[in-house]
Amino acid sequence: MPAPTVSQATLDEIALSRAEYEAIVDRLGRAPGGLELGLFGALWSEHCGYKHTKPLLRRLPGESNRLLVAPGAENAGVIDIGDGLAIAMKIESHNHPSAVEPLQGAATGVGGIVRDIFAMGARPIALLDSLRFGKPQGDSHIQHLLHGVVGGISWYGNCIGIPNIGGETWFDDSYAGNPLVNAMCVGLIENARIVSATAKKPGDLLVLVGADTGRDGIHGASGLASRTFEEQAEMRSAVQVGNPFLEKVLIEACLEAIDIPGVNGMQDCGAAGLTSAAIEMAERSGMALQVDVSKVPRREEGMTPYEVMLSESQERMLLAVEKRAVDAVSELFEKWDLDATVIGEFHSGTDVVVFDGEEKVSSTPIEPLTSAPEYPFDAPKPGWLAELQSTDPGRFGTPDVSPSDALLKMLASPNIASKRPVFRQYDHHVQTNTVVEPGGDAAVLRLKGTVRGIAVSTDCNGRLCYLDPRAGAQAAVAEACRNLACVGAEPVALTDGLNFGDPETESVQYQLTESIEGMREAALKFGVPVVSGNASLYNESAGTAIYPTPIIGALGLFEDVTKHATISFKDAGDAILLLGRSETWDGVGNLAGSEFNAVFNDDASGQPGIDLALEVRVQELCRRAIRAGLVKSAHDCSEGGLAVAVAESAITGGIGATVESPLPERWNAALFGEGQSRIVISVEAANAEQLRSIAAELDVPVVQIGTVGGTNITFGDSTVSHEAAADAWENGFERATSA
Amino acid sequence: MKFGVVVFPGTWSEHDTFYAVHDVLDQPARLIWHKETDISDCDAIVLPGGFSYGDYLRCGAIARFSPVMDSVKRFADSGGPVMGICNGFQVLCEAGLLPGALVRNEHLEFRCEWVNLRVERADTSFTNTASGGQLLRVPISHGEGNWQADDVTVRRVEDGGQVLLRYADASGNLSPDTNPNGSINSIAGIVNERGNVLGLMPHPEKACEELIGGTDGNVLFESMIRSTAATLAT
Repeated sequence: MPAPTVSQATLDEIALSRAEYEAIVDRLGRAPGGLELGLFGALWSEHCGYKHTKPLLRRLPGESNRLLVAPGAENAGVIDIGDGLAIAMKIESHNHPSAVEPLQGAATGVGGIVRDIFAMGARPIALLDSLRFGKPQGDSHIQHLLHGVVGGISWYGNCIGIPNIGGETWFDDSYAGNPLVNAMCVGLIENARIVSATAKKPGDLLVLVGADTGRDGIHGASGLASRTFEEQAEMRSAVQVGNPFLEKVLIEACLEAIDIPGVNGMQDCGAAGLTSAAIEMAERSGMALQVDVSKVPRREEGMTPYEVMLSESQERMLLAVEKRAVDAVSELFEKWDLDATVIGEFHSGTDVVVFDGEEKVSSTPIEPLTSAPEYPFDAPKPGWLAELQSTDPGRFGTPDVSPSDALLKMLASPNIASKRPVFRQYDHHVQTNTVVEPGGDAAVLRLKGTVRGIAVSTDCNGRLCYLDPRAGAQAAVAEACRNLACVGAEPVALTDGLNFGDPETESVQYQLTESIEGMREAALKFGVPVVSGNASLYNESAGTAIYPTPIIGALGLFEDVTKHATISFKDAGDAILLLGRSETWDGVGNLAGSEFNAVFNDDASGQPGIDLALEVRVQELCRRAIRAGLVKSAHDCSEGGLAVAVAESAITGGIGATVESPLPERWNAALFGEGQSRIVISVEAANAEQLRSIAAELDVPVVQIGTVGGTNITFGDSTVSHEAAADAWENGFERATSA
Repeated sequence: MKFGVVVFPGTWSEHDTFYAVHDVLDQPARLIWHKETDISDCDAIVLPGGFSYGDYLRCGAIARFSPVMDSVKRFADSGGPVMGICNGFQVLCEAGLLPGALVRNEHLEFRCEWVNLRVERADTSFTNTASGGQLLRVPISHGEGNWQADDVTVRRVEDGGQVLLRYADASGNLSPDTNPNGSINSIAGIVNERGNVLGLMPHPEKACEELIGGTDGNVLFESMIRSTAATLAT
């Protein structure tokens, strides 16, 4: 065969390598046509094809006796939660669009993940957002990104009537040029009415519903999401524009449509638009597909078949509908003032054929389109990392401030301070199920018509993952689950949002491999499946990768939702206990990757670690004690360690607390060390003994560290007033992000 | 008595409102699609919260042209009780059933939080199960809840006793700190001159059970039930 000719510029535009182009020619036995090249570019993009992560993702555990739909079989796995109810959930990134245009980028990120969930027949019942930015203090660009992203989530999410009940907002210089915006959606499926993203039989029609198609977002998947980017201005046309009102009516219309007999399948149009949605649907159905782009309603004139197939216009869905049901579908969508247009037909065969009216534009076998190459790797631990891990995180000694002033400074750090300025911009009450609101360890929703409830949390400390990707990922799973334990819920499923740098570099390859291994080990230890996930790679700017950030979303279940806990101390005289340790204070090694070292020393060094076996037992103890009605408050130790956990319980409870043990010389490690597997609880003093006996049964160390009460927060001989601590914590975020 | 809960495209608190009156307070209720015109089976109408037509153009500006609104106006004109919650309040103002307008929150941000509402009058169809000065703890959820009107209208509304609810602190005091949106005189809810049409920005349907944070919102619905039952009995 003669060497295929295609210009480097064309390949660059669709982000395919020369070798990949040659592989396509080889698989087709001919050179691809113009449109075909676009289809391959989209489907073989990192975003759609998972070229660098597929071999790793297969390592994640996907088994549970609660699974109704296995991960990978559909857009997300589905978890049985009893009483005929099931949960679909997924997390997805919209990092690069948000860096280019924060408001629309974040808004359409919410829109996209919501469509993923209702495509499965699930009513979206919760949103969470996991956000990362550069340090905000005095940086107007970072503040612009933060306010744009939060504004976009607020604008879009509030309009569609889904409560936004949690997430994280976290700052570190590593995200300065490349913020992370990961949105998670949880959906409730009733009566096991799960909708598949497939056609059922040849002759099913492909129906496009929702918005008209425009030129927005072309090459979003292959460009923005699958490459590093420097020239932000040039990428603007690749960012989509959201219409939350359309999304809201689309949710209602689609959830009504699945009740029409003959509506066989549903799929969202996400990254790579019709190309990805329609072709994946055909592939999953094991059928061929014929599409006529001339039928697709447009919002602008003169669009080419290439543009129609690759447009990422938002708020569109595809249905697979039997001929007999088409009229009923049209009538339903008309009720909601929405278009429903037949644009194609499934039939037996192996090809996707694209027509533009009478003219056949392309005919391509589906198999090569949907089997992107895989690039397994096995990179060694980078030398710089070994050096960083062997660096003593305690080498700075104690800082030149008093422990009380240090506490105030820590409470005011935007990574620790209350995120109320963010979540008060999101409706977290709509649907009237919110039992524990955002601001604690995990939010809790009741499930109407049952006594059950769910808890949801997202977590990942990128600094720990940077210092040890395996231990960091284990800690992310552990903390997400620990947050559930602190409200009293049992973890039943995980979803992951993998955010990493350029997978073509050895450092990132090592981080990816190790993180997935860490997630795998932790998920197996907790006995929970990873039901869905998303990978966002090439998160770099100016040649520097972000911290490896595998964000974990965790779903917990309550058999009885009235048996839950919050983080707030309640009554004077209650005993404060530390679960997971038999001594009060943390050692110097636990400053590794700590917020304390970041705030006081601008440092991230040392070797983090976690004992997963202990972690599982600590969480079991906390959950059991909550169910037994012994616990008045529970809060895990994470960023800022024990002192911050105690202070937050006191501040939110509107009451003081005293930890009696005298502070050791290395008080910074004692107060702010971030040893894992620790939960601070408060119990009525008379119940402390009963708690100890459950702890002994579970072999979990426990130490009584103090007492609730008074108007101060005291550690040893160091005291701050409740008022000063509350001011630092409640206003720290706004001060750091507005000045 | 039977509640009718109006659904515009983009409305999202219809199910929450339906749940509060039907499941919690055990009243007959039905959803009314905005293209319906016969609402004669209903004894009370609620325009719930959400973003009708995405709040595009101006909050409530498009919804007021929905076919159902003519029927709602006739229902109100005949003295039937009508409650507009949040977006419903905005629609009622746009439709001319209530005075003033809801503009963007003074600080320009959306706000979702619990507020204290001071009940200014306990002798109306919407507050007859409350006591004057009672505080109701109810959530708000809006970006445009800042009630504004010209001076003459404000005076007429105040002098006419049309203000039913104001944002207050936990002791019932008014201050700019406890006014979440910049609304004139901390106004959270007003009635028309006849007293049968209430618009309020807070969401009483979101405070209907202890498990989700409180039951104070029920006071308004229970008052409607009591007064409507009295009317129906005569």
